[in-house]
Amino acid sequence: MSLIESTATRLLEQLQSGEVTAVELATTFLDRIQAHDAQVGAFLKVTRDSALAKAEDVDRRRKAGEKLGRLAGLPVAVKDLLCTKGEVTTCASRMLENFVPPYDATVIRKLNDADAVILGKTNMDEFAMGGSTENSALGKTRNPWNLEMVPGGSSGGAAACVAADMVPLSIGTDTGGSIRQPAAFCGISGMKPTYGRVSRFGLVAFASSLDQIGPMARSAEDMALLLEAISGHDPQDSTSANEPVPSFTQSVGKPLEKLRIGLVREHFGEGLDTEVNAAVREAVKIFERKGASVVDISLPHSKYAIATYYIIAPSEASSNLARFDGVHYGHRCDEKAVLEQLSEERAVLEAAGDERAIKQMDSALVRMYRQSRAEGFGPEVKRRIMLGTYTLSAGYYDAYYLKALKVRRLIRQDFDDAFKEVDLIVGPTTPTPAFPAGEKSDDPLSMYLGDLYTVGANLAGITGVSIPCGMSLRGLPIGLQMQAPPLEEERLLRAAYMFQQETDWHLRRPDLA
Amino acid sequence: MSDSPPYEVIIGLEVHTQLATRTKLFCRCSTQYGASPNTQTCPVCLGLPGSLPVMNRKAHQLALKTACALNLEIPNFTKWDRKNYYYPDLPKGYQVSQYDLPMSQDGFLEISDPKGRFKPKKVGITRAHLEEDAGKSMHDEAAGKADSRIDLNRTGTPLLEIVSEPDMRSSLEAKAYLTELRLILVYLGVSDCNMQEGSLRVDANVNLHMMVDGKKIATPIVEIKNMNSFRAVERALEYEAKRQYEVWQETGKTIGDMPKQTRGWDDQAQITRGQREKEESSDYRYFPEPDLAPVVVQPEEIERVKSELGELPQQIRERLEAAYTIPAYDADVIVNQAQSTVTYFETLAQSAGDGKLASNWVQQDVLRILKDRQIEIEQFPISAERLTGLLKAIQGKEIDTTRAKDVFTAMLDSDQTAEQIMAEMGIEKVDDSALENLCRELLEANPKIVEDLKNGVQKAVGALIGQAKKKNPNIDPGELRAKCMELVKGM
Repeated sequence: MSLIESTATRLLEQLQSGEVTAVELATTFLDRIQAHDAQVGAFLKVTRDSALAKAEDVDRRRKAGEKLGRLAGLPVAVKDLLCTKGEVTTCASRMLENFVPPYDATVIRKLNDADAVILGKTNMDEFAMGGSTENSALGKTRNPWNLEMVPGGSSGGAAACVAADMVPLSIGTDTGGSIRQPAAFCGISGMKPTYGRVSRFGLVAFASSLDQIGPMARSAEDMALLLEAISGHDPQDSTSANEPVPSFTQSVGKPLEKLRIGLVREHFGEGLDTEVNAAVREAVKIFERKGASVVDISLPHSKYAIATYYIIAPSEASSNLARFDGVHYGHRCDEKAVLEQLSEERAVLEAAGDERAIKQMDSALVRMYRQSRAEGFGPEVKRRIMLGTYTLSAGYYDAYYLKALKVRRLIRQDFDDAFKEVDLIVGPTTPTPAFPAGEKSDDPLSMYLGDLYTVGANLAGITGVSIPCGMSLRGLPIGLQMQAPPLEEERLLRAAYMFQQETDWHLRRPDLA
Repeated sequence: MSDSPPYEVIIGLEVHTQLATRTKLFCRCSTQYGASPNTQTCPVCLGLPGSLPVMNRKAHQLALKTACALNLEIPNFTKWDRKNYYYPDLPKGYQVSQYDLPMSQDGFLEISDPKGRFKPKKVGITRAHLEEDAGKSMHDEAAGKADSRIDLNRTGTPLLEIVSEPDMRSSLEAKAYLTELRLILVYLGVSDCNMQEGSLRVDANVNLHMMVDGKKIATPIVEIKNMNSFRAVERALEYEAKRQYEVWQETGKTIGDMPKQTRGWDDQAQITRGQREKEESSDYRYFPEPDLAPVVVQPEEIERVKSELGELPQQIRERLEAAYTIPAYDADVIVNQAQSTVTYFETLAQSAGDGKLASNWVQQDVLRILKDRQIEIEQFPISAERLTGLLKAIQGKEIDTTRAKDVFTAMLDSDQTAEQIMAEMGIEKVDDSALENLCRELLEANPKIVEDLKNGVQKAVGALIGQAKKKNPNIDPGELRAKCMELVKGM
C-alpha cells in the first residue's frame, strides 16, 4: 500500500519505526495536493513551508530521542473556520479574505502540541452555512468521486482532501451535519463529537450552541487517533465539558457485545433514496450478524427538527456575525465612495425639497456598515442573518425562537427516551448520495431538507458519526449514520471499527486522473 | 415659588457602577483606568472571531455582596443574555448583559434626611444585574471632519446596573438615594464609585403626576443622561420638572401621546437638551448568550455572603448614636465620609472618653482641613492619638476652646504633642486663687460694671473678659464669668 493510501494509524507506526520520515510524508502529500487539488479544489491555502519546517523539526527531535506528541509527523488539514495565528483565516468569505488572527484556536494549539503537521486550510461553505461548499466565496470544491458532484458541506474541502488522498486526517466542524454529510458524500469517516467534548475556542462561531469540531478520516481508528488529540476540557471555553477523555485509540478495537441498535421509523420515510435505504439496511444486517439486536424506535419530534434548527441556528448566527461590520477588521467598503454617494443622494433630495427623506438618510457610519456587509457577505449568509434577525425580533421572538427552544428540549427528550432502549441509533446520514453541482443552488429549502437526519444530534447535543456503507449505481458513496448518547464517542468508534472490520467501503478510492 | 408646585415629581434612577475587579468580566485584561488607548485588550474583549468569554468569579461575588446589602432577592439560577446593537465601540455587535433572569431583584434602600426635609422612606430596587461595559468613542465634535477614535480598554469591564423603582418624589430624595447607594458600594469595597473616571454613572427617568379636573394625569417620561455629579443630577431633575410642567401647559401632551424621550444634561448651560430621536424604538433582540453557562447560586453561598457583609452605613450610624451618645446628625456626617473617618472618630471618642466632644472636633475641625487641603483622612497630619491630647486638655480645663483651635492649627504642621505646643505657647491652667485675685482686681477697677451686675445686667461681665485676657491670656472666659458673678453676689 502506498503512503497516500495508508491509514493515519499505519503511517504513525511507520513514522515511529523510522520506515518513513515526517518530511517524506509531508512532501508526498504536498506533492499529491499539488498534482490534484487544481481538479478537486479542497484547499484554500496550502502551507507548504511551515508544514515542511514542522516536519523537519519532528524528524530532528525524533532523531535526538526527544519526547514527541501523539500525532508526531502526521499530516493534518484544517477547515478554514479555525483561527490560526499569523495565517489567514477566511471562513471562505470575502469578509475575512485578509483576516490574520493573532491567536491559535485551542484545537490548533493541541494539534501543534501533538506535533501534527498542518498542511493547509480547507474550503467550506461561507461561515459554514451550506451543504455543498458551493457557498464558498473563495473557490469551488468538487467531489473526488465525480467531479460534477458536490462534495457536500459545509466541511466539503475537509472531506474531499481525505477522499482524494491528499491528507490522512482532517479537522471539520459540524453545526447541523457539516462533518457527517460531506463524509457521507465523499466516502470517508467523520464524527461530530458531543457538544462540549472539543473546545470551540478559536472556532469562528456560526451557531454557538450547535457548533462542534470533529475528526474526519479514513477509518474509525484514525478518527479515534485525531479525536483523542483534540478533545478535553478547555478553561477558555465555558461550554466545554469538564469530563475525562477516554483513550479512544486503546478501546476502538474492542467489539461491542449484545449491541442494541435502534432504527428510527421517521428516518426511513418519504424522500429517502432507494439505494441509500438498501445500503443502510444491508449495513444493519452486518451488525446483526455480529450479534446485535435491532429495535424499531420513534423520535416523534424529529419532524420538527429542520424547522427548529433553521430558527435557532440563524438566530445565533445573526448575532455572531454582527461583529463583521467593517469597523475593527475584515472587509470595509470604499469610504470615500460612500461619502460621495451620500452627498449625491442628499443633493438630489435637497433639490426635490424632500425634508423627510433627508432626515431618514443613513449616517455615514450606518452606510459604511450596510455597504461593508453587503459587499462582504454572500447570499446564503445574508439570508440566514435576515432569518435570524427576524426570529429574534420583538413580537416574533416568542413565536419563533422561544418555541424553537422548547421543541429543542423535546427533541433532546426523544433521544434520551430512545437511548433507554437502544445503545445506538443507526440510519442514513443523508437522504441521497452527492448531488450535481448547481442542482440546489437556487433552492435553499431543498438544500436545508438534506439535513433532515443530521440536525437532531446537534439540537440534542449528542454525538454522531458517518461511515461509508455502500456505493450507488452511479458510483457515489453512501453514508451510514450512527448516533450515541452524550460523551459516548467511544461506543460509536467501536461500532464503526466493528463495521469496518467486516466491510471495505472505507478502503475504496476514487480514481483521479 | 411660594406655594409647592401643582405637581408631583416621579423619579427613578438607573445606576451603573464599575465593580472593583482587577480584570475584566470575561477575560483577564486589566481594568486599570488611564492606560494608553487599546493597550488593555485581547482577542476576547476585542471580539475577535472565535474568541469566547469566561466569567470572572470575583465580579459575580462583588455583585452578590451588593445585592445582599440592597436587600435584593437572589434567585438560585441566573443567566446571561446578548443585547444586540451596532456601535463602533461595541466590537462584538452585542453587549453581554442580563435580561429576564437577572442575578438579583426586588430589593430596597432606606433613605432619610437628618435635616428632616423629607420623611424617611424605602426606595424600591427593581433589579441589579451584571453586564459588560462598551469601549469609549472620541468623536470630532466640532467639524465632523476628522476620524472618530475608539479606545477599547474599557470594553468588557464589569458593571453592575442597579435600577430603582420610580419611588423618589424630589431631587433631594434622589440625591439622598445616590449618596446612600454610593456610600454602601464604597463601604462594601465593591466599587470606587469615581464619577470622573466613569465608575459610577447615573441616568434618571422623570415625569410629573398632576390632578387636573379630578383626574390624575402624567407627563411623558424623559430619561436624562450625561449627568457627571450628584449636584448635576439634582439640578437636572429640578430643571426637568419645571420644563415638563411648562411643556405640558403649552401642549397638553401626556404620557400616552409620545414615546419615552432621551435628553442630555448640559452642565454649562444648566439645561437638558433633546437628543436625536430615533425613528423607531430600538429592538435589542435579546436572547440567551450561548457561549456562557448559566450561573447557579447555592443558598449557602448567599448566606455566607450575608454573614460576611460587615456593618453597613446605616447600622454604623445607629451604633455611633447609641455608643457615643451623639445626635443623629453627627453620626450621619461622620459615616457619610468614609469608613476611615468612622475609625478615626471612634479612636478619638474612646480615648478622650467624650463622644460629643470628639464628634464636634471631627466634624468642624478635622473635616474642614480635609476639605481645604483636599486630602483624605488617611493623609490627615494629626493622628487620633495626638488629637486626644488636645481634647484631654480641654476636658481638664487647661485650655479654652478658642485657644485650643490655635493649638490645633499649630499641630497640623508639627509632630509635637498638644502638651508640648501648649507649653511653647505658654498655655497653662490658671489656679483658683490667681483667678480670684484677678477678678477682685478687675471688679474694683470697674465699679460701673459691678453696679450693672448687681442690677441684673449679666452681659456687663463681657467687658471684663477682654481686660482679663490682656492681663492673662490663659484665663478661661467661662470660669472668669462665674467667679465674677460669685464675687459680686457677696459684695
